[in-house]
Amino acid sequence: MKIIVNAKPHEVAATDLQSALQELGFAGSSVATALNGSFVSRSQRAEVPLAEGDRLEVLAPMQGG
Amino acid sequence: MHFYGTEIKSRLLLGTAQYPSPAILAEAVQASGTEIITVSLRRETADGSGAGFWGSLQDTGCRILPNTAGCHTVQEAVTTARMARELFGTPWIKLEVIGHSDTLQPDVFGLVEAARILSGEGFQVFPYTTDDLVVGEKLLDAGCEVLMPWGAPIGSGQGLRNPDALRAMRAHFPEVPLIVDAGIGRPSDAAQAMELGMDAVLLNTAVAKAGDPAGMARAMAQAVEAGRLGYKADPMERRDMAVPSTPVLGMAEFA
Repeated sequence: MKIIVNAKPHEVAATDLQSALQELGFAGSSVATALNGSFVSRSQRAEVPLAEGDRLEVLAPMQGG
Repeated sequence: MHFYGTEIKSRLLLGTAQYPSPAILAEAVQASGTEIITVSLRRETADGSGAGFWGSLQDTGCRILPNTAGCHTVQEAVTTARMARELFGTPWIKLEVIGHSDTLQPDVFGLVEAARILSGEGFQVFPYTTDDLVVGEKLLDAGCEVLMPWGAPIGSGQGLRNPDALRAMRAHFPEVPLIVDAGIGRPSDAAQAMELGMDAVLLNTAVAKAGDPAGMARAMAQAVEAGRLGYKADPMERRDMAVPSTPVLGMAEFA
C-alpha cells in the first residue's frame, strides 16, 4: 500500500508501523514517530495498523536553538 | 538556581544550530561552560544522520532542552513535545508556538493552551514567550515554573528591545526563574539582561554566527557572569548631573 513518509510517497508491504519502519530502513535509528498527526510511542508501534494514504512522520534529533 | 528542582550553575544556555561544523559546535559548547543545550526534531533520513548528531550531543555531558521550534499550532507543538520526550528521555521542553512567520513572535494564546496540556502530562515546560506580565501569569497558572521572555525577535541580534518590560517582569515574578531567550547579539546584551536581574540567558545565533564561535561563547559566558555579579552588587542610581568623584575639600588655590 502507499503511505506518505516524511512528505514523500512510499510503497510498503508492512501492515503495522513497527514493520514499516524496518522496511523503510529506520530500524536501527533513534527516531520518534507520529501517524496522521498523533504521536505513536515506541511501545505502541507494533500494534498500530497502517492504512492506505496514512501520513507518517519519522523524526530524529537535530540542531536547534 | 533551580529549574524544576534541578540545580543549575551556569546561567548561559546555548543553542546548537547554525555552527560552521560539528567540531566548532563542540568547541563552543565547551568554551561557554553551559550545562544546558537546546536541540530540535526534524525529519530523519534512512541513513540515520540524526543518530550521529545525538551521539555527539551526549558527548558534551550537557542536559538536553528539546524545542518545538517551527510549530505554529497547539497540536503541532504538543505532538512534537511528546516525540521529544521519548527521543531525548527528558520531561523538559522549550515550548514554542509561533504566531507569525516574519517576526517569529510567540502565539501566546496557543502557548498557554499547549503549556496547560503538556504540564498536565508531566512535562516541565520552558515557554518561549513575550515580556507580557498577564501572559506570564497565565503560563504560571498553566503549570509553568520557568518563563522565557524574548529580548528581541529570534535570530535578530538586536539586543533587548524593551528592558523596562523585563525589569517589570523581574519585579512582578520575584521567585520565578526568568531566562531571556532570543535576540541577544553581543556580550553587552547578555550582560544587560543579567544586570536587570534575569536568572539566565539562552542564545544561539550570536555564538554560531560569530567569526570565532568558541571565542564568542567564552565572551558570552563572562558577560553573563559579570552581569549577574553586577545585579547582585546593587548598582548605583543614575544621576542627571555630574557629581565629582574626587573630593573637593582640600583643593589647592592657585589663582
